[in-house]
Amino acid sequence: MAKAISMREKKEKLDTVTIYIMGQGYKVPSSLTIMKAMEYAGFKLKRGVGCRAGFCGACATVYRKLGDYKIYANLACQTKVEDGMYLTQLPFVPANKAEYNLDEIKPSASTMLRFYPEIARCLSCNACSRVCPQDIQVMDYVQYSLQGQIEKAAELAFDCIQCGLCAIRCPAEIPQYHVATLARRLHGKYHMIAPDTLEQRVKEIEEGKYEKGFEELMSLSEEELKKRYVARDFIDQKKA
Amino acid sequence: MIRGYPESMRKSIDKVNKTRDKRIDQIMKDLTLEEREKVLKEFHPDYNPAYKRTISWGQNKGDYVPNEVADILESYPIYDPDEIDLSQIDYDVGILIIGAGGAGTAAALWSVYSGVPNDKILLTTKLRLGDCNTVMAQGGIQAADRPEDSPLIHYLDAMGGGHFKNKPELVKALVSDGPKIIKWHKELGLMYDQNEDGSFVENAGGGTSRNRMHCAKDYTGMEIFRNLKDEVINNEIPLLEFSPAVELLKDENGRVAGALLYNLETKEYSVVRAKTTILTTGGFGRLHIAGFATTNHYGATGDGIVMAYRAGAKLRDLDSTQFHPTGAAFPEQIVGLLITEKVRSLGAQVLGKNGEQICYPLEPRDVEAASIIRVTKSTDNYVETPTGMRGVWLDSPLIEEIRGKGTIDKNLAAMKRMFARFDIDMTEDPILVHPTLHYQNGGVELDENGYTSVPGLLGAGEISGGVHGKNRLMGNSLLEVNVFGRRAGITAAKEYKRGKKPGKLTLSHVKKTIEQLDALNIKKKRFSPIILPEYRSEAVRDRLIQLFESSL
Ligand SMILES: Cc1cc2nc3c(=O)[nH]c(=O)nc-3n(C[C@H](O)[C@H](O)[C@H](O)COP(=O)(O)OP(=O)(O)OC[C@H]3O[C@@H](n4cnc5c(N)ncnc54)[C@H](O)[C@@H]3O)c2cc1C
Ligand code: SF4
Ligand code: SF4
Ligand code: FES
Repeated sequence: MAKAISMREKKEKLDTVTIYIMGQGYKVPSSLTIMKAMEYAGFKLKRGVGCRAGFCGACATVYRKLGDYKIYANLACQTKVEDGMYLTQLPFVPANKAEYNLDEIKPSASTMLRFYPEIARCLSCNACSRVCPQDIQVMDYVQYSLQGQIEKAAELAFDCIQCGLCAIRCPAEIPQYHVATLARRLHGKYHMIAPDTLEQRVKEIEEGKYEKGFEELMSLSEEELKKRYVARDFIDQKKA
Repeated sequence: MIRGYPESMRKSIDKVNKTRDKRIDQIMKDLTLEEREKVLKEFHPDYNPAYKRTISWGQNKGDYVPNEVADILESYPIYDPDEIDLSQIDYDVGILIIGAGGAGTAAALWSVYSGVPNDKILLTTKLRLGDCNTVMAQGGIQAADRPEDSPLIHYLDAMGGGHFKNKPELVKALVSDGPKIIKWHKELGLMYDQNEDGSFVENAGGGTSRNRMHCAKDYTGMEIFRNLKDEVINNEIPLLEFSPAVELLKDENGRVAGALLYNLETKEYSVVRAKTTILTTGGFGRLHIAGFATTNHYGATGDGIVMAYRAGAKLRDLDSTQFHPTGAAFPEQIVGLLITEKVRSLGAQVLGKNGEQICYPLEPRDVEAASIIRVTKSTDNYVETPTGMRGVWLDSPLIEEIRGKGTIDKNLAAMKRMFARFDIDMTEDPILVHPTLHYQNGGVELDENGYTSVPGLLGAGEISGGVHGKNRLMGNSLLEVNVFGRRAGITAAKEYKRGKKPGKLTLSHVKKTIEQLDALNIKKKRFSPIILPEYRSEAVRDRLIQLFESSL
């Protein structure tokens, strides 16, 4: 497709590339991310934008490059534009999330299958892992979920930012990232048990053990409080 | 480009890589209190009068704040109050929660836990659920749950960090609820990092005297938020996305009684009436205070402080703004994004262009930021990028020299991934940093139950002021969001049960605002809340016209 070039674009002095946003060509500075390039081109973003830092998964973008049959996908806020990219953002990913009461279920294969029976349909095609912008082995965590290896599934899926790209590519129609949430929550609740010291501290606070101490600290003048602050001892700052 | 860096920067990197062995045991001295004060006065943006002025009207008239904050407070509404029909109510609820970040979702859940039927709640948010500062938090959340720690020590740390200007009751609430919040999170199934023996991994943070920073790798905020979000859906709490509030509504008794929402896609407004309204709209990073790039999400435009101020709520501590010492300065595509403090906690040093240390790496945030600005502004010991951005090196490879191979993979996966996307390997080469706008220290004044100074209006989270005084410690805001989100939810549930119905809705407070603004004779009319920052190129903005709406 030949792009029409306006007089304004001809005058642009910056080093530019041509990208096609939903089919329409724009000349944009070559140093920009896809997200900033769209804004430069004149889009006021509402969908497909969020943290702008690779953490929220709102900006999933699918693209091809001229003369290259491959489909690429990445985060618009973390990907530099390339000449000849033609792209579209995913404004929304339709994917059902099951509803459950975590207190009433157990970490097991049958739980995973009860809420997401479609995981049994996984074809092991690996399309999900290949598209994941976080380089997560998505197929593997789906398989672990199916086998009831909840811990492995949860850990593999930990870096998921819920962009939904995997679900869009899946021929078995699995909403992988929701499966991952269930696995992580089951693992976090039932396997990663909090140390007793936590419960003890909560109890102490509820029983009012620190009330006197607070009363005293809160009655101090700023000068006296400063003295206490400066005199604090430090413990274990080099360890975790 | 050689492994992500242009040749011009490579020369300096070679020096950094060559001096690493010599530096490994070299400890920079931290500054004395007098030296700290000097560098702050000379180089911290908070102390630069060019960036600040006083608020010219209203309950905080005379407060000295950043120009950008004064600008949004001295702005006209973005709609015409005379065009709004308040007689037609679109949503009539018990509790309206504005802003679905960490604080908003926590408030919604605790309203439900406290017995409010879910269909009596409305949670509304600006963009997609998950567009918020909470998901971006990397480092951790503080809670004093170890035997050698106590809420009292946490209290002292937080007060000292805030230069003793915090509101004591709020700090007491913050630290006393800390362990309870972690317990709640564990019930929800959060995967906080644990050691082999089952104890929590708890790191040190700037200004803490005990290790109490709980974390979930460097995705702590994401792990918290995706669990709260999952629970909001499981509890079927009614949610509106892409529907920012643009104004609070009051009733004839002067009580806040709901809000005016705007559908970003269909462009229609809707009217919400509520017995209690909770403001949880977060911070103001996208105002780019003092011209700085920011770590904050796209929707962090300080809308809540504008709406609250017009409704008569007291603000506090907005004179101090948190600049994070280490934002990315290269590559261009990620300028301003956060390089978590954890990189320095794990051992990375801060270096000038020849590879020598320029300051102690773990000064309090304001001092560290000022020390780096000093180097880039008043010396030639900085590194300049091809686009003219100045920065100093953060020697990340040193982390693995000290703690062994694999440390970065295990503890800084998000950071490593961010640089790898631009062909930079932070385990092999240092990364370039410059201070960046990070956190709104002050905001709407609250009490420990979440009440603002205006009846009917509660608040929680980064929008609020008082918890952190003049300076927030890392890890205390994720805690604040949960503690005060929870408290606001519980308070709103009590108000709900008390059952006073709101009276007739009005925008008279906004009309009064307009009168006060008229009296100021501001030359250039501005409009707020900002809702979305403007990043379109000037060439495009010069040509914008309205077609369809004006022909109606
Ligand atoms: C990059 C980064 C790293 C951080 N790291 C840490 C850390 O390690 N530890 C720590 O304790 N803190 C950290 N913080 C700070 C902490 O994450 C935030 O202060 C906190 O999460 C704020 O939570 P919140 O719920 O108040 O606001 P947010 O989470 O920002 O949520 C506010 C919500 O309100 C919405 N909103 C805004 N305006 C409107 C409107 N007009 N109408 C409707 N909705 C609106 C927003 O879109 C957003 O969804 C970090 C912050 C950032 C940016
Ligand atoms: S697992 Fe799926 S939703 Fe999660 S980051 Fe990867 S592609 Fe996105
Ligand atoms: S894309 Fe779907 S079917 Fe293919 S491996 Fe992934 S989960 Fe299985
Ligand atoms: S905008 Fe959040 S990941 Fe790109």
